[in-house]
Amino acid sequence: MQPAGTEIASRTTAVINEFAGLEGPLLPILHGLQEEFGFVPDESLPVIAKALNISNAEVHGVVTFYHDYRRHPAGRHVLKICQAEACQSMGSDAVAAKIKQLLGIGFHETTRDGSVTLEPIYCLGLCACAPAAMLDGEVIGRLDAEKLEEIAAEVRL
Amino acid sequence: MSVTLYIPCDSGALALGAEKVAKAIEKEIAARGIDAKIVRNGSRGMYWLEPMVEVETPEGRVAYGPVTAKDVSSLFDAGLTSSGSHKLSLGRTDDIPFLAKQTRLTFARVGITDPLSLDDYKAHGGLKGLEKAVATAPAEIVKTVTDSGLRGRGGAGFPTGIKWKTVMDAVADRKYILCNADEGDSGTFADRMIMEGDPFVLVEGMTIAGIATGATKGFVYIRSEYPHAIATMTRAVEIARKRGVLGVNVLGSPNAFDIEIRSGAGAYVCGEETSLMNSVEGKRGIVRAKPPLPAIQGLFGKPTVINNVISLASVPIIMDRGAEFYKDFGMGRSRGTIPIQIAGNVKHGGLFEAAFGLTLGEIVDDIGGGTATGRPVKAVQVGGPLGAYFPRKLFDTPFDYEAFAAKDGLVGHAGIVVFDDTADMLKQARFAMEFCAIESCGKCTPCRIGSTRGVETIDKIAAGIEPEKNLALVTDLCNTMKFGSLCALGGFTPYPVMSSINHFPDDFRPQRQLEAAE
Repeated sequence: MQPAGTEIASRTTAVINEFAGLEGPLLPILHGLQEEFGFVPDESLPVIAKALNISNAEVHGVVTFYHDYRRHPAGRHVLKICQAEACQSMGSDAVAAKIKQLLGIGFHETTRDGSVTLEPIYCLGLCACAPAAMLDGEVIGRLDAEKLEEIAAEVRL
Repeated sequence: MSVTLYIPCDSGALALGAEKVAKAIEKEIAARGIDAKIVRNGSRGMYWLEPMVEVETPEGRVAYGPVTAKDVSSLFDAGLTSSGSHKLSLGRTDDIPFLAKQTRLTFARVGITDPLSLDDYKAHGGLKGLEKAVATAPAEIVKTVTDSGLRGRGGAGFPTGIKWKTVMDAVADRKYILCNADEGDSGTFADRMIMEGDPFVLVEGMTIAGIATGATKGFVYIRSEYPHAIATMTRAVEIARKRGVLGVNVLGSPNAFDIEIRSGAGAYVCGEETSLMNSVEGKRGIVRAKPPLPAIQGLFGKPTVINNVISLASVPIIMDRGAEFYKDFGMGRSRGTIPIQIAGNVKHGGLFEAAFGLTLGEIVDDIGGGTATGRPVKAVQVGGPLGAYFPRKLFDTPFDYEAFAAKDGLVGHAGIVVFDDTADMLKQARFAMEFCAIESCGKCTPCRIGSTRGVETIDKIAAGIEPEKNLALVTDLCNTMKFGSLCALGGFTPYPVMSSINHFPDDFRPQRQLEAAE
């Protein structure tokens, strides 16, 4: 169930107050909201615009520009598979195909049970231990079929 | 006597199971009642040996690796704490050829110290540059950096000292030091290793930049894909503040300087300096037209030094040892050392800091040891997603900004990604265009539209539709993107595309489909 409207607004205001004193506070606020809600709720946007004295369009523009900000909740786990060149050289295409098959979803999709969201990512800086991935902020290197199966089993728990 | 064990907390080591190894070692120490201390250091940069565990001995550190949690018990049985012999023994760390052959200036402490111990930092030569800087006139600091020949290590290779001088000479009520830690190029991880393995060197470098130019506030913009680097830098800044390295009186001097850590939000283009400034300001990461130069009108419209992590992290040793010392390394107009990152399909991947001048062949074959798969090297991409693919016949190219430019390539952030002979260069060229399309900020047409048309046209070549005509079209398109784009994203995407077409024409021939079908 989604939190009620007024509750979102008040939680949004609390996050805004935490970062409003910074120079250029919008990105920190959006990161804060994503931390708070797991995504950036549509309802938060006018609240931010009012607080920062900018237009709704500006806030919308920023939220939609950056890949990190979600407009909807993600699965309980978020698995990001690196698809950049260094990982490509070590077979990241096959890794992506395998994990898609194991989870039964494609990139930018969430499993029907809500357990995991799968996303591509372009470089984790783990290029000397490719192919690499990140599961809920935890980094994983030298992915192989065995590790992928472990990950798939773990996120389904 | 207490023995000290080192287990890296670098992301690369963690990705290979360093945390499990550390837990197993802690358990083993407790169970065996051994008097031992564990230090979580940065990585020495030899990722094929990670997680690499080191033991302090009277003869220097002795290394074991790659260690898995399963090996821990047998390591202790073999006498790990008294540097006993084991099948994972690597001998003295400093004698490992990959390390012994390097010239570590910027990375002098990475992997050696506890990243978050300021005392350890000072004991290994840290803060000496800043101590000199607070006692030096700003113009002298700028002159030292200029004389050292240091050029922007982020990729563009612009002389750092000249940038600093422009900001120093600018008159404004506020100035900023902005550290570009949006290391988005695949194949690069030097910035990450510095931030995770020796964060104080970046704090020190930025503070020196602040004193030299009259800036009192610094930002480090770190990409969100680097959560460990963000956490380590945040803690390092807190510690530096508490210990008087940052604050209203830097090291007790009248200079004020403070640093704030900012997280990116997953946009590759924000590694471009003007786009990065917009992002810090809370705007879309859209590229700005230059002029005005950031040094005159940068962050929040104020004069801003924007430098890469490695450029700033190289400043403390230049201040400490002098411009001449640094300048003595290198070749031509590329002075000093460069941390080369060897990555992808390579046997010995990792960070190799050396003076400019090594050839690409030496780096890939001798230092990197060839491919991890054991197959022949087909191509190496130098300088990230916007860098050219080099075939073996160009392996005599020396690592030098001008030499790479002469071969239609770029040194960039000095990342090298190795591909074996299974690589399909048409696919790589297509990816370069696709990546540009995904990451384009949308401001200029050659990049925004050109990248999408590039993908479509390369798809036609792959499908065998009028390949000659479409190859000519891609070439023409690349020319437009190269000269018509506002920034390096659209402007340099032609490098990987054209180098693939020029050096690997067979991959673009019509019969590729037939071969693939066979």
